[in-house]
Amino acid sequence: MAETSEPLPQGNLGDGLVDRLRAALRLKPRKPTYLFYRHSIPVRALHWINAICLAVMLMTGLQIFNAHPALYWGTSSDFDHPILSMTAQGTSDNFRGVTQIGSWSFDTDGVFGASDTDGVKTVRGFPAWATIPSASPNLALGRLWHFAFAWLLVINGLAYAAYAFWSGHFRRELLPKKSDLAGIPHEIVSHARLQFPRGEAARHYNALQKLSYFIVIFVLGPLIVLTGLTMSPTMDSAFPFLPWVFGGRQSARTIHFLMAFSFLGFFIVHMAALIASAPLNGLRSMITGWFAIEKETKDA
Amino acid sequence: MPDGMLRRSFLGRGAAAAATLALAGCTGIADAPWAVSLLGEVENLTRRAQRLFAGGHALAPEFAKADIAPVFRPNGTLNPGTNDYAIHMSQNFANWVIPVEGLVETPLKLTLADIRKFPARTQITRHDCVEGWSCIGQWTGAPLAHILALAKPKPEARYVVFYCADPMGAGDVDSQGNPIPAPFYYESLDLLEATHPQTILAYELNGQTLPVEHGAPIRLRAERQLGYKMAKYVQRIGLVDSFARIGGGKGGYWEDQGYQWYAGI
Repeated sequence: MAETSEPLPQGNLGDGLVDRLRAALRLKPRKPTYLFYRHSIPVRALHWINAICLAVMLMTGLQIFNAHPALYWGTSSDFDHPILSMTAQGTSDNFRGVTQIGSWSFDTDGVFGASDTDGVKTVRGFPAWATIPSASPNLALGRLWHFAFAWLLVINGLAYAAYAFWSGHFRRELLPKKSDLAGIPHEIVSHARLQFPRGEAARHYNALQKLSYFIVIFVLGPLIVLTGLTMSPTMDSAFPFLPWVFGGRQSARTIHFLMAFSFLGFFIVHMAALIASAPLNGLRSMITGWFAIEKETKDA
Repeated sequence: MPDGMLRRSFLGRGAAAAATLALAGCTGIADAPWAVSLLGEVENLTRRAQRLFAGGHALAPEFAKADIAPVFRPNGTLNPGTNDYAIHMSQNFANWVIPVEGLVETPLKLTLADIRKFPARTQITRHDCVEGWSCIGQWTGAPLAHILALAKPKPEARYVVFYCADPMGAGDVDSQGNPIPAPFYYESLDLLEATHPQTILAYELNGQTLPVEHGAPIRLRAERQLGYKMAKYVQRIGLVDSFARIGGGKGGYWEDQGYQWYAGI
């Protein structure tokens, strides 16, 4: 792509100081960059509200889970055969946390099943650092926060969807194109090598980014909301197809839990990709909107 | 002490202190009165929104006999343990009388025989505990709507309060050392939920007389609500316009401990 005729703002962070430091350390001079307005104000605001909501939802959700730290499949709870459970085994003054997945059992003492709350060893599913409030059991407060932020999360998500469709953000930046799909194998290899698009290619989301955002927005998001609603007995009376679709209320609870950890997995990959590619540039673009793009030079 | 160890223990202590501060901050906000009352307002939004979809009479899903859990898990009080209750148990609850009083035109005193003579409803439903688990059981009882129709609520009546026979905990002692008796369990529904077709005063579970651990002789079933709304050992029913002066003023024993009054979610 040719340079535009308009002068573009310089994109390197810490102009002057960083360049002088690099010169002093005899590092290669930075490539010249220009700033590209990557994220609009609505996208940035909704992104950060979403980030806060997801963190509160996950941590209050784990507090709620601690009230009965076991998952089942079907309509009712088969207490003797949970899919997953976090329990404590031993005597009341000498116990260890144990996690069971199906018929496998692991010692997860100190993290799952039993861990310290304010220095006192407690029987609890998830540990104090993972739950809001940190003390457990505190189901009443966990529910209060979870259901309040659920409204915020859904309103924020709907606002994002409305904006994305109305502004063309979805069609332009998120909808995978045929060429994107063909490029996926190549991108898996380059991502595995921690090689990220540079220059003009960095102006657009690549196929893996589009695919993961697409899955989060259209699969994880709706599924976690619908399975959450399925756990509500009143919603099941209004929409009896909800528990039917998910194979029962306990299945819905299990899917809800899996979706929550899929969101956590997305967050971890999201952070890893940010740190491995261009952490400051990426963070700045989500705060100020501006993303620095390396100018493509003829000799490059 | 070698330098390295000193530094490590200092770093360790610093990290622990930072973590404790962060957690204290979290817990501080999580249970701050302003946050609790602000977020508590959301409960009304949730109730209105759910009522918008579920209305007055949408029925909770019902199941087949084959779906009934082999053992229905009892929860909460398993036996009230009072002398009064023990006497009633020994008499097979023959003298258990439930007054229906308060803001009604026709106060009632219902014996178990009266309640069993009312048109009965049998429903196989899913019981959802606030903790997250579910259990399916078959309940038989008298629709509360029928009983309320006999008692004729006054226009100002808004809630039906269920006073129970089970004391919660061992009680307390005041500053003078006088014993404060433990509060008895109680719960309340608004008239919409109270007159829902599946809201019944149940006297049978799975075709058997209601067992003690499930609230003998009478328990409430409100199938669009969570388990803690479904009062066991129901001893008295009162119609009120407000529950501000009952118990802790929040409309139920668990509500007084911070749980939501609206338990449709």
